[in-house]
Amino acid sequence: MLPASRVRTQELAEPVKEPNKLFKFLNSKKVVPYIFVSPFILSFLVFSLYPSIKAIIMSFQSVLPGQITFIGLSNYSRVFNPTFYKALSNTTIYVIFTVLILTIIPIILAVLLDSKLVKFKTIFRASLFVPALASTIVSGMVFRLMFGETDTAAANQILNWLGMDSVDWRYNAWSGMFLMVLLCCWKWMGVNILYFLAGLQNVPKELYEAAEIDGATTMKKFLYVTLPFLKPVTIFVATISVIAGFRMFEESFVFWEAGSPGNIGLTVVGYLYQQGIQQNDMGFGAAIGVILMLIIFIVSFIQLILTGAFKKEDA
Amino acid sequence: MKKKKSSLAAWITNLAFVILSFIALFPIISLLISSLRPSSELMRNGISITFDPSSISLDNYTYIFTQGGNYWSWFTNSLVISAVTIVLSLFFSSMVGYALALYDFKGRNLIFGFVLFILMVPFEILMLPLFQLMISMNLINTYTAVILPAVVAPVAVFFFRQYAVGLPKELMDSARIDGATEYGIFFKIMLPLMAPSMAAMAILQGLGSWNNFLWPLIVLRSNDMFTLPIGLATLLTPYGNNYDILIAGSVMTIVPIIILFIFFQRYFVAGLTVGGVKG
Repeated sequence: MLPASRVRTQELAEPVKEPNKLFKFLNSKKVVPYIFVSPFILSFLVFSLYPSIKAIIMSFQSVLPGQITFIGLSNYSRVFNPTFYKALSNTTIYVIFTVLILTIIPIILAVLLDSKLVKFKTIFRASLFVPALASTIVSGMVFRLMFGETDTAAANQILNWLGMDSVDWRYNAWSGMFLMVLLCCWKWMGVNILYFLAGLQNVPKELYEAAEIDGATTMKKFLYVTLPFLKPVTIFVATISVIAGFRMFEESFVFWEAGSPGNIGLTVVGYLYQQGIQQNDMGFGAAIGVILMLIIFIVSFIQLILTGAFKKEDA
Repeated sequence: MKKKKSSLAAWITNLAFVILSFIALFPIISLLISSLRPSSELMRNGISITFDPSSISLDNYTYIFTQGGNYWSWFTNSLVISAVTIVLSLFFSSMVGYALALYDFKGRNLIFGFVLFILMVPFEILMLPLFQLMISMNLINTYTAVILPAVVAPVAVFFFRQYAVGLPKELMDSARIDGATEYGIFFKIMLPLMAPSMAAMAILQGLGSWNNFLWPLIVLRSNDMFTLPIGLATLLTPYGNNYDILIAGSVMTIVPIIILFIFFQRYFVAGLTVGGVKG
């Protein structure tokens, strides 16, 4: 109608008039997805696939600056030494405690939070979530200062009030483990509660009503209605806790930095860091890494079999 | 009778949650209070339950703002690294997740398999070869070395894919009829629809990067290049005379996050429980 609008239409139509072959190629539905995924493929090849293969190769080598020699399995035979066993047993104990605590307690708390008993649900949920926001280094520092050796530090103050002796928290094997487990559980409790709360939304309300008509007690309803429906979430939470537990490093570093007395805080990743980075023995470090990966794979695999995750889902 | 019993149970449960919430918040509250107390006392005594209210002062904060030394470099480093990581990882991961969800193409399942592969291999095993790679690329002690391995985040790809599957495909077709390019469809139509998932992922990536420890510890070498967690960890020695910076600096590390959390709670929850998305 008006000249102005005609100009505009022409402008819009222009790219269609002279089709740019390259652009048309790049804009075809066949090519576009590959362009979209190309950064990922590049990053996968360079930062995931290449280092995984390299790590396995390195674990059979002695890696010195400018001198790389193939030494077969000797890194692996060196790995199995008392220090590594110490690191592995520390890590395993840590995994067992954190997995049990971070699975069982959040289930109970989530069921309670979901019940009609609790007021102010949102406030409780939010406050329990806050620890997950702070870095392990910062919260670990606070724990370290609260569990100091002096009688004036919070934990020992409480013990003294209860008539008990002060504890050198960071210098005993049991209390060192306690500190690491406590820090981890404190941090992740709220997040795990949220996982279970989400899982609870899948439980059909009619089932509770039916159970009530049949005269089931609260405990029976929990065991036979709630728990079976929480099974997938429980497997998931337990699996991520196991993996995170075996990868633990910061909880130990924040209490003892590079080294703990008698290696009470040494973990597998801590040993990897010590040998591979600090001692610059990369081949040895890589062997520790490969063993760590195998342990994680095997443990998660066993866990998935035991919990029946591979069984066919019969709806 | 029955009512009385259940109200007692309600009382006990509520009380239990009050105590638990207090335990959850106690270390953070102690940190806040301790930051207002003389740092020499903190170093000598640790964090006590009791404290002398008359010793409360803002001295530690005055000190950190006037003589904070490298603290402000750490703060800047953390800020820049987190911001760049968020922008890059959101951009690239959303592109990948979107393509995996809404285009049919050869190799799609293979690429999705790659995503799962990265999710399963622990980062610690890749660490030493990646460290060597950074050395050979001359990237040690740079922001780039910290950011590069995080640029395409598998968790985010996974999350965006799940989210994009639910977007209306018809919108794409009608946009094509209107002459929009494939890129135009993504950036102008679909990306804005993915905004809620963006917020959750921005928080996940941002928090992860802000609190990240092991990888930056390995590739950052000089004190002025450290990020906050690493810098603060260096102050954490029994002989440290920098507890003023340590304690006030720690508060300033987590308070911004807690404030963000209060305003964007929903997205924090979605971001931090992303592992729960069903596959």
